[in-house]
Amino acid sequence: MLTGHRTWIFDQKPKITSTGTTGGPFEAKGMLAEDFDFLHSDLWLKEDSYEKAHKVLLEEACERAIEKAGLQKEQIQFFLAGDLINQITPTSFAAETLGAPYFGLFGACSTSMEGLALAAYIVNTGGANYILTGASSHNTAVEKQFRYPTEYGDQKPPTAQWTVTGAGVGLVSDKGEGPSITSATIGRIVNMGMTDPYNMGGAMAPAAVDTIETHLKERNIDPSYYDLIVTGDLGHIGREVSYDLLKKHGVEIQEENYQDCGLMIYREGQPVLSGASGAACSAAVVYGHLLNRMKKGDLKRMLVVATGALLSPLTVQQNETIPCIAHAVSIEYGGDLKK
Amino acid sequence: MANNKKKNLTPVQQEYQTFENERETKRPLIGNCIKAFITGGIICLIGQGVQTLYIYFFNFTEETADNPTIATMIFIALLLTGFGFYDRISQFGGAGSAVPVTGFGNAVISAAIEHRSEGFVLGVGPNMFKLAGSVILFGTFAAFVVATIKTILIQWGGL
Repeated sequence: MLTGHRTWIFDQKPKITSTGTTGGPFEAKGMLAEDFDFLHSDLWLKEDSYEKAHKVLLEEACERAIEKAGLQKEQIQFFLAGDLINQITPTSFAAETLGAPYFGLFGACSTSMEGLALAAYIVNTGGANYILTGASSHNTAVEKQFRYPTEYGDQKPPTAQWTVTGAGVGLVSDKGEGPSITSATIGRIVNMGMTDPYNMGGAMAPAAVDTIETHLKERNIDPSYYDLIVTGDLGHIGREVSYDLLKKHGVEIQEENYQDCGLMIYREGQPVLSGASGAACSAAVVYGHLLNRMKKGDLKRMLVVATGALLSPLTVQQNETIPCIAHAVSIEYGGDLKK
Repeated sequence: MANNKKKNLTPVQQEYQTFENERETKRPLIGNCIKAFITGGIICLIGQGVQTLYIYFFNFTEETADNPTIATMIFIALLLTGFGFYDRISQFGGAGSAVPVTGFGNAVISAAIEHRSEGFVLGVGPNMFKLAGSVILFGTFAAFVVATIKTILIQWGGL
């Protein structure tokens, strides 16, 4: 089970038996439109506030995942999820609809893998048979809270990122078929004294590097063990910085095997500056696109490193530095599973 | 200021920040200045055009035409903000679209639109000036300071 200081090896190989993903209009124009279960043409989703729309995104993703697994929502034993809004209300309100016992998580944009690691741990130890886990974010609801009003004319620097509107959930179970969750490394806070909330990629990169290095060391494997090491939402700058930093620390990864969810979801030419971000970024890309690729046999082993910047608008105004975190979960399908 | 900040950082943090800084895309400062100049210039040209119209067609003088001109420009900013264009102009124009009165209008209107889901009394009312409030406060204070200096110079300086 516990290997090294903070890596769990899941010997029962809990599986992700089904997933549900939803997205908004901007995601529908992106690269991965085909991998979403639901796409909405309107940011409001027919609700009267962005926060309610945010909740609906998560509800629909949950419904879809349960339906695809052929279950009833009463069979879900635990629900582990989170988002970026104050007191994670969209997730808690969606949990009310779902009715399952619920753990609310906050790991900013790393919530997706925080939830998956915990879900796999609980299933692995026999604590449950069916756990639903995921994360969601809504562009305008998040902008409203963290930055300026959405229609306010504020010139964003090239380091800024675009918050994804969407949700991604996965159903973790010890029964059924699907990609296996083989291990997880829990991140610790890394704070490099960065203060610019418009450069999250640069702030979060060292956290991703710390978790990747620890994961490889504690599992005693080479980066080439994975077909893909994918970070959550580092964007152009964070990806480059973390790649060079890994190289500097002597971890050699093939350039094409080191990617970022924040650079996959949108097309060239969409005005997203450094790339995508938000809790839904890694959740929607992993539970949608990447697991689909795994099922097609495109990928056998991947390490998902979801990164989160644990700041609030208040700490930014008080000139605090940005504490960051990254959680890694390895997902394997087909091929030999390493014990 | 940058150096002051660095003093509180550990050597590891300083090393990383230098490392990160080399790989960071910088704001295109000169390009942004040129774009701001052009955008601001166009907005002011439109404003001048509106003022001239008021003077020629509505019997305003150059002084009295100011108020209706400002109101018209804010009304245009209101429409552009509501239809979701103003933030796109600003991403291009930066300070060029923030400094003229249309930028002030945009700050008020965007906040009012944003918070209407919390109702008029607790949402729109208190939040409408959350960005523009500083401009009003410090603008008024700066005017007070300048006026005081002017008064002192005229009364005792013999200007």
